[in-house]
Amino acid sequence: MSDKPKIAVHKFSSCDGCQLAILNLGEKLIELTEIVDIMHFAEAGPVNPHEKVDVAFVEGSITTPHELDRIQEVRSNSQYVVTIGACATSGGLQALRNFKHVDIKQWTQSVYAKPEFISTLETSTAIAKHIKVDLEIWGCPINSKQIIETIRALCFGVEPVVQKDSLCLECKRQGNACVMVTKQEPCLGPITQSGCGALCPSVGRGCYGCYGPDENPNTKALAKRFSGLGLLPNDIARKLHFINSQAKGYLEIGNELGNKTLKDDAK
Amino acid sequence: MNQSYYLPHTKLQSLLDAIIERGYRCVGPQTRGGTITYDDFSQVKELPWGYEDEQLPGQYTLKKTQKTGYFNWVNGPQAIKPELFKPKESLWNVTRDEEGKLSFQPAQLTPAPLCLFGVRPCDIAAMQIQDKVFITGTYRDERYAQRRENTLIIAANCITSSNNCFCVGAGGFPKAERGYDIALTEIEDGFTLEFGSEQGSDIIASLKLSEADGSQINYAKQRIQEAADKQTKTLPGTNLRDALMNNLDHPRWDAVAERCLSCGNCTQVCPTCFCHSEEDEPNVKGNHSEHVREWDSCFTQGHSYIHGKVIRSQTRQRYRQWLTHKLGTWHDQFGESGCVGCGRCVSWCPVGIDITEEATAICSDFINLENKENSHG
Ligand code: SF4
Ligand code: SF4
Ligand code: SF4
Ligand code: SF4
Ligand code: SF4
Repeated sequence: MSDKPKIAVHKFSSCDGCQLAILNLGEKLIELTEIVDIMHFAEAGPVNPHEKVDVAFVEGSITTPHELDRIQEVRSNSQYVVTIGACATSGGLQALRNFKHVDIKQWTQSVYAKPEFISTLETSTAIAKHIKVDLEIWGCPINSKQIIETIRALCFGVEPVVQKDSLCLECKRQGNACVMVTKQEPCLGPITQSGCGALCPSVGRGCYGCYGPDENPNTKALAKRFSGLGLLPNDIARKLHFINSQAKGYLEIGNELGNKTLKDDAK
Repeated sequence: MNQSYYLPHTKLQSLLDAIIERGYRCVGPQTRGGTITYDDFSQVKELPWGYEDEQLPGQYTLKKTQKTGYFNWVNGPQAIKPELFKPKESLWNVTRDEEGKLSFQPAQLTPAPLCLFGVRPCDIAAMQIQDKVFITGTYRDERYAQRRENTLIIAANCITSSNNCFCVGAGGFPKAERGYDIALTEIEDGFTLEFGSEQGSDIIASLKLSEADGSQINYAKQRIQEAADKQTKTLPGTNLRDALMNNLDHPRWDAVAERCLSCGNCTQVCPTCFCHSEEDEPNVKGNHSEHVREWDSCFTQGHSYIHGKVIRSQTRQRYRQWLTHKLGTWHDQFGESGCVGCGRCVSWCPVGIDITEEATAICSDFINLENKENSHG
């Protein structure tokens, strides 16, 4: 990487929440500009999408024919590609269209006034399905701290660390009361990676897995516990097939319990 | 045995005041998010008057009842461990000046005198185990040690046990025998008090209490015995080292691994677990970095990561590490068991895995065989 590395933040199919998480850095973002040059970051101002950069952060999944081409350009223009957020990393919420029973034409017609203007793919797929990705940062949205840590590590020339321990560890370090044990409320924390600061349990509700599977998820055992709490197989499948439905660790047991299969393009 | 005193409920505040007057920050049990959590307090009305807990494997419920008393509950998820062994803290930091020179500084430590109020006997036993790990062991931990030196312990002996308690089976008892400055046992309208240190004796003397009478002392004793008798769980022995280490391929490890989430909750609530990881948190400019330590667990991959390889990648290996360390190799390392029988790992395991059941399933055959051989001479 150069002395003052150039970075870009690209948007694909997404809600912009992860870009907002970067903007939320506030003052730190100004500090950041002392160590990197932000070449492209539409949400914040700079627009140079074709610039060659040291690090490209990619938000959003691939859902249109145009994006198929754009992502190749991002790859060839960047030394490192880092995906940020659930969409870029696992296909996101919009990847619910990847299941066989979903008729995407029908969805477009029921949502848009002039569906003929919509050019969309049958599936929503993670960036890593299309190009080589150097680092994946999970979350819906990501935690802005992770962006600083990643840039800082790359500037030092070391590999950034992405925590993949179970959320429960973070939850306990914060001294939260476990919602599953005290309220019999289903929580995906035991199979979800930490990083968010155990946001949901700290306000007394179960985690819905927006940070994606942890490094060693026993989804089957947790599903069994959920059924002990009174959830029907289809309810459990819906919990697993939500923000990160395509993630290995959530997908398979969700398929089994919800009797779902993927379209061929999504596999 | 030293003298017992009687402190009516109405005078509990004066005990607290006497402690605060001596410059202590008081941390005691309070209700938080449907559990009992230890936190700062200065008024007895902040204590959990009338509360009772019910604990089952993977289940914990706290209820307000009409009963009188501050200590009718058993224990909550974490008690006093986070006060002494912090879940996350900076150990040292490093700054680089304009010329590139590095200067290292220990993180600030100014432990105010701390009073841990209403500590359960199992938590005192666990604290003494952690003292061994962090103070008298090979590597003294300055931060833990300094906090401990400044700590006043007010024990609350147990007058009931939960469904998951097994301190008796773990070699303990619901009464604190040592490691406290003052020990309280709650009776109908107050407490019997004993001191365990000079400081405890001073504080009691300043309150000008009358001595407890025979019936009060007997009632206190009886309540503690009732708590002990209530316990239904137990371990198959107080030293399971050989039984476990001779059963490393027992099929039960596979069975428990099917249920275990590898979530690490058991280790995080266990009052004796001491594992931690360390990482560096640099600032944006990269001229300052904090070296931070936080609780870790043998259920993470980082715990067994050595030179590019995770040694215990499977849940079976991780559960086995937890159980064999707690109940087995802890004896090799520290000359005692790493389990005080508080039952927390059973209550707070989201899928209700019960350490006493697992240990029994794995060790029983070995122990029975050993007993048979011994009886045949
Ligand atoms: S609330 Fe959820 S994340 Fe927290 S300890 Fe319980 S199961 Fe784990
Ligand atoms: S607790 Fe779970 S759902 Fe909530 S923010 Fe964290 S990872 Fe996302
Ligand atoms: S192993 Fe379980 S019962 Fe034993 S001290 Fe730890 S948490 Fe308590
Ligand atoms: S190895 Fe596991 S059981 Fe042993 S102290 Fe560490 S976390 Fe606890
Ligand atoms: S025994 Fe229970 S608490 Fe411990 S790691 Fe397994 S599932 Fe989690």
